[in-house]
Amino acid sequence: MSSDIRFTDFKSDKQPTWCPGCGDFGTMNGMMKALANTGNDPDNTFVVAGIGCSGKIGTYMHSYALHGVHGRALPVGTGVKLANPDLEVMVAGGDGDGYSIGAGHFIHAVRRNVDMTYVVMDNRIYGLTKGQASPTSREDFETSTTPEGPKQPPVNPLALALSAGGSFIAQSFSTDAQRHTEIVQKAIEHDGFGFVNVFSPCVTFNDVDTYDYFRDSIVDLAEEDHDPTDRDAAKTKILDADKEYQGVLYQNEESVPYSELHGLDSNMADIPDGAPEDAMDLVREFY
Amino acid sequence: MPDDLNWAIGGEAGDGIDSTGKIFAQALSRAGRHVFTSKDFASRIRGGYTAYKIRSSTDKVESVVDRLDILVALTERTIEENLDELHEGSVIIYDGERTEMQDVDVPEGMIGLSVPLQRLAEEAGGAIMQNIVALGAACEVTNFPIENLDSALEKKFGTKGESIVDNNKEAARKGQEFVAEEFDHEFDYDIDTTDNDYVLLNGDEAIGMGAIAAGCRFYAGYPITPATDVMEYLTGRIEQYGGEVVQAEDELSAINMALGAARAGARSMTATSGPGIDLMTETFGLVATSETPLVIADVMRSGPSTGMPTKQEQGDLNMTLYGGHGEIPRFVLAPTNVAECFQKTVEAFNLAEKYQTPVFLLADLSMAVTEQTFEPEVFDMDAVEIDRGKVVDEDEVEAWTDEKGRFQPHFPTADGISPRALPGTTDGAHMSTGLEHNSLGRRTEDTDVRIEQVDKRNRKVQTAQEEEDWSPREFGDEESDNLVISWGSNEGAMREALDFLEEDDVSVRFISVPYIFPRPDLSDDIEAADEVVVVECNANGQFADILEHDALTRVKRVNKYNGVRFKADELAEEIKESLQAEEVTA
Ligand SMILES: Cc1ncc(C[n+]2csc(CCOP(=O)(O)OP(=O)(O)O)c2C)c(N)n1
Ligand code: SF4
Repeated sequence: MSSDIRFTDFKSDKQPTWCPGCGDFGTMNGMMKALANTGNDPDNTFVVAGIGCSGKIGTYMHSYALHGVHGRALPVGTGVKLANPDLEVMVAGGDGDGYSIGAGHFIHAVRRNVDMTYVVMDNRIYGLTKGQASPTSREDFETSTTPEGPKQPPVNPLALALSAGGSFIAQSFSTDAQRHTEIVQKAIEHDGFGFVNVFSPCVTFNDVDTYDYFRDSIVDLAEEDHDPTDRDAAKTKILDADKEYQGVLYQNEESVPYSELHGLDSNMADIPDGAPEDAMDLVREFY
Repeated sequence: MPDDLNWAIGGEAGDGIDSTGKIFAQALSRAGRHVFTSKDFASRIRGGYTAYKIRSSTDKVESVVDRLDILVALTERTIEENLDELHEGSVIIYDGERTEMQDVDVPEGMIGLSVPLQRLAEEAGGAIMQNIVALGAACEVTNFPIENLDSALEKKFGTKGESIVDNNKEAARKGQEFVAEEFDHEFDYDIDTTDNDYVLLNGDEAIGMGAIAAGCRFYAGYPITPATDVMEYLTGRIEQYGGEVVQAEDELSAINMALGAARAGARSMTATSGPGIDLMTETFGLVATSETPLVIADVMRSGPSTGMPTKQEQGDLNMTLYGGHGEIPRFVLAPTNVAECFQKTVEAFNLAEKYQTPVFLLADLSMAVTEQTFEPEVFDMDAVEIDRGKVVDEDEVEAWTDEKGRFQPHFPTADGISPRALPGTTDGAHMSTGLEHNSLGRRTEDTDVRIEQVDKRNRKVQTAQEEEDWSPREFGDEESDNLVISWGSNEGAMREALDFLEEDDVSVRFISVPYIFPRPDLSDDIEAADEVVVVECNANGQFADILEHDALTRVKRVNKYNGVRFKADELAEEIKESLQAEEVTA
């Protein structure tokens, strides 16, 4: 790991094919900056991505990476991190990827508290499949598959995370580069599962949850008297459906990550050339 | 009476049938006798008939037979359930003092021993030991030195303190003495002991042990019968080697976690059964196209859907061979007995890493829950070799970079196997994906690159076909015109069936195939034989289909799909009938 790592070292030479103006550009830049600022380099970083426009991120970044199947990025990240604790693991996906097909994994990843960072690019729509309702779409948001709106309340990912025992719950806005970077950085530095829901507007299919909308409605917790270690205060804010917050809503400073609880500190790639020396003991157990 | 002893304990689920049976099996094994166990169990925790059966001999035993010499019947139903297998001279041990057992009808010609199991157990310190009293009684019936039972009791209860062990020994003595005093006739079952040392374990345990021996350090799974024992075996043991078992939220997660760990460089595996393998199918293609080494064990049970979860079947062959959308290079190994579960697991890890592919271990319920004795040397730890394949370190990375200095994890090599840089390797950073990709791992829809990558991945299979040994095993009369072929756990029953067939002057050449894909080419053998019969535990003959396809011929089939494994004597009978039957018509 060298100290002169710049965020551009995390950039691949592949030009993103995101629509010009897509929120994902800002989200990714912030992630790369946060990785560099926290002293990581591409060779010790593993990025796992889901499916969707958001999931393309692994292609545009330079690091060890896996672009998996829809909704299963968190389990992959879990396996990577537990097998090699020296790696900085970052998992990225969309709101459909994370809160719909991957919702089950999300809850369990939160409660498993593996020391990794999960960034969800929440554009409140399915981008890659061209504009269907997502779990975070508004109740009356008209899309190709919900001409009269989904007629069901949106998922509140922050509330899900809090109720599952989340140890770090934050939200950011992709275009607010400085704050977004700072928040992802805090998630990386957190000992445990750092979850950041990022408002990352889709300029092509979502004309409701736009840059303007977020710019006008976001309340920055840095400007409020919010204590992120106060779970009740976090709860009140998270359940306030009328506000869009930016910042760290909740952080458990006593969080002990999975690996530490389970005494995992070695790189599982290191194994002997043959069976372990005492392997015959395993056989003798069956006498 | 032959030295071959068939013993069983049966009752209701929850009666401690399993652990009592295991104790007796262990006692026999410690006395230098070979043991082969089987279980009749229902898919419920309490209530429902369940039995633990032991076949034991001083010779190697490799299957169950249709005979029961001694039965410990904790319920009346136990006798009914086993009527077919009981014979003249069979001994039935039961507690005639228990109200529900007072009117037990001991069938004609059999010997009923009414032993007050509960009362004697209470005298020894607690009714809970009534099964142990029965074991003591069984020792007396068979003239089996009770010290062997003592040592099995010490192993079982040793951690619970000396007084528990002593009470159990006392309970066994009471059963023994009661039979000696109350029943003065000589029993037919005078069994021998030897000085041999055996270990006793089941297929799931052997898979777990093979995994640790092979350096597996990460296991993710979701509980399912009959694969759960693999997970339970690894739990608490793999940690001693710096590994971890994760109980995932479902099978989708389990296989993806295992995949993640494998990409980080760990030898990694998951195990499941039918319904779970269905869920995992989604990820087969990702494992194969991202070229991740992964061992996936499918311990088959009876399907489809949730089928008969506690019953035998070999119905997932097609699933592991063809499951998943698109075309996926993979290996499918099918161990044929408990010891081979160990060996094939070790082999699976080497194949997975050498060829960077998914490797399926296709085991089945009968083998997974069957305890079998072996000489400990069969599990030869010194023979375990670990081949990590083409892993490149930081000095070797450069040789595999393109003109821009980018590492190429999917470089189309001549043998199809690409270099592998584990995360953390300097200058090896790369991405991998389930999307079709170029040598850099980047998405492509370029027609030439698509063909190049598909061919490259398929080339790995060709290389393996040439480099590895996929031979079958052969038994019986190699000159015979009658050829029987089976795969998986049928081998044991079939080997014993050969003896029965010989007695009836039917000569048979038997080929047992432990590899489904790649598999040995049996076309010439099939061609040379007059009659070919393929034996498998499924209704449609999935392996027979493949062999017919390979050899462009029709074969006869012996199939069993009632949920119970083949028994040697029954199998001999069916083979005979099949050989005599009319030709199969196309
Ligand atoms: C199993 C499966 N089902 C469906 C799809 C099709 N699919 C691709 S992307 C996507 C939605 C992605 O939405 P989101 O996660 O919100 O990401 P976005 O494209 O908006 O960034 C779907 C349904 C798939 N790839 N796999
Ligand atoms: S469709 Fe929407 S989410 Fe996808 S790249 Fe375009 S703007 Fe971004």
